[in-house]
Amino acid sequence: MRKYVLDLTLKSNERLREGYFLLKLTDGNPLPPMEPGQFAELKVDGSETTFLRRPISINYVDEQQNEVWFLVHEVGDGTRRLGTLVAGDRLNVVLPLGHGFTMPSSASERYLLVGGGVGTAPLLYMGKRMAEAGCRPTFLLGGRSAGDLMQLDMFRALGDVCITTEDGSAGERGFVTHHSVLSAASFDRIAVCGPKPMMKAVAAYARSKGTECEVSLENMMACGVGACLCCVEKTTEGHVCVCKEGPVFNINRLLWQ
Amino acid sequence: MAVDLSVNIGDLFLKNPVMTASGTFGYGLEFADFIPLEALGGIIVKGTTLHPREGNPYPRMVETPQGMLNCVGLQNKGVDYFCSHIYPQIKDINTNMIVNVSGSCPEDYAECAERINELECIPAIELNISCPNVKQGGMAFGVTAEGAASVVKAVRAVYDKTLIVKLSPNVTDIAGIARSVEDAGADAVSLINTLMGMVIDIERRRPVLSISTGGLSGPAVRPIAVRMVWQVAQAVKIPVVGLGGIMNARDAVEFLLAGASAIEIGTANFIDPTVTLKVIRGIEDYLERHGCRSVREIIGAMEC
Ligand SMILES: Cc1cc2nc3c(=O)[nH]c(=O)nc-3n(C[C@H](O)[C@H](O)[C@H](O)COP(=O)(O)OP(=O)(O)OC[C@H]3O[C@@H](n4cnc5c(N)ncnc54)[C@H](O)[C@@H]3O)c2cc1C
Ligand SMILES: Cc1cc2nc3c(=O)[nH]c(=O)nc-3n(C[C@H](O)[C@H](O)[C@H](O)COP(=O)(O)O)c2cc1C
Ligand code: FES
Repeated sequence: MRKYVLDLTLKSNERLREGYFLLKLTDGNPLPPMEPGQFAELKVDGSETTFLRRPISINYVDEQQNEVWFLVHEVGDGTRRLGTLVAGDRLNVVLPLGHGFTMPSSASERYLLVGGGVGTAPLLYMGKRMAEAGCRPTFLLGGRSAGDLMQLDMFRALGDVCITTEDGSAGERGFVTHHSVLSAASFDRIAVCGPKPMMKAVAAYARSKGTECEVSLENMMACGVGACLCCVEKTTEGHVCVCKEGPVFNINRLLWQ
Repeated sequence: MAVDLSVNIGDLFLKNPVMTASGTFGYGLEFADFIPLEALGGIIVKGTTLHPREGNPYPRMVETPQGMLNCVGLQNKGVDYFCSHIYPQIKDINTNMIVNVSGSCPEDYAECAERINELECIPAIELNISCPNVKQGGMAFGVTAEGAASVVKAVRAVYDKTLIVKLSPNVTDIAGIARSVEDAGADAVSLINTLMGMVIDIERRRPVLSISTGGLSGPAVRPIAVRMVWQVAQAVKIPVVGLGGIMNARDAVEFLLAGASAIEIGTANFIDPTVTLKVIRGIEDYLERHGCRSVREIIGAMEC
């Protein structure tokens, strides 16, 4: 897919909860096509300590409003600086980058989308595209407590939503892999995005069931376009660039056990 | 009247002095969506070795103040793969497609260069005798005058097109090494490669990079690079290609004034994939503002 460098305009910056914000950006021209699971490289201006761009998943694309959304967790200077942007500000982005999730092969495919923390971000757009294709996915979303779960109304409009929290304040208590839906239902395909231990646990579940499973990796990146070979993951075919061949990988390609 | 941006590196004609640095621009194709590649003076592709190399384990990169460290370690599929799979994809790009060649002994460098000599659309190679990220070879050759000369002689014997030799800044006397490379038959030198550095994760009490150390690039190294280009340009008669931390046209002009006949842009491509075009335009603006007809008028034109 063709990649673009764009100076987008910020429409809104909304605090979804402490430490997390949602950027909605637009452009004078129609935004380019983007696939769920792809990401953008955001240029951070005005942070002394942030030299490289920051990779952030495409959270949602609203074609009617000509908007692309980014859901960001503040973890350091770069993301904190992005959190100070206000409506009307410009943000330079390179997008769309990488390869996203495999779309269902038919409308009847039973597709489970598992997300933890800010890893739920790309699943929203995936859910939207699946709904457009006539599919109703099951979302399995995990957090530490009820307040951690974001964009729930939108997820509920697109599919069935299962929730786990570690403190039991919403949904079932425990980790996503403890949720009863995993034993009650069976799935043809699973996609996961979240902390690595969570992705590994879901991958182990998928393997035990023989279910196709894709995970989204977050290796440290410099160029984001497959030019520098900094972001590699060791796979069955040797070192491959996460930014170009991923960030989404079928677990069979990875050396996770 | 339009200014003349063209320069020569030995027999190599560049439509403008702006090239891209090896390891930062892939094979050029990765940037084809962002800029017309033929607008560049040249593209120096990824480091290529005689045999395939897996490179170093992840993590290979860490951000530093105004720069980054990398320890990619010359991951590439080897010269045969380059000739059979990559060359056909890049040979028709209408600019100087230059291959960066690495090795672990003079024989390997020479054999790799000999293969590339046969490729009609590759008018030059850049010998990387300065990579800090591989255990044997690489920088080992670049840090002594004898080592550098031995590799250049071996390659010169089998390679008859433009031979650029890329120097390591991790030395005490870069001018001396440049002279020995010139005597051994190089057509030009390029500098600087990355400076050896290290970052420690103080919580885990471990180095951040997989092999502990890595090469520093980006604007953090620029004043060192400018100083070295200036010293080398005075020490040799062959053309000098300058690089290290160039982020914009001002930085590029700085290298030209210090004595570089052309420049390369590396890490800046990561921050702005269109930076090379902006630098070309900015050099043109500078020349117009200073009443120059040709970029050649400012090469080495610093007054002191
Ligand atoms: C393909 C991809 C998609 C991503 N999508 C999102 C997203 O939708 N929303 C979101 O909030 N974050 C996302 N991330 C992670 C995000 O890029 C990092 O959190 C961000 O770069 C940190 O920048 P900083 O300057 O705030 O923190 P820094 O000061 O650079 O680092 C703070 C901490 O964050 C960690 N960190 C830094 N860079 C990364 C990285 N690339 N991946 C993982 N951890 C990192 C560091 O190890 C450090 O501990 C994604 C990463 C990748 C590779
Ligand atoms: C990720 C990365 C990979 C590199 N790989 C190579 C390489 O294969 N061969 C080489 O001669 N130099 C390599 N370099 C060094 C650059 O070509 C250049 O000399 C250096 O980065 C300084 O320029 P800059 O500050 O503009 O990036 C690499 C640099 C980076 C950042
Ligand atoms: S970040 Fe440069 S190759 Fe992936």
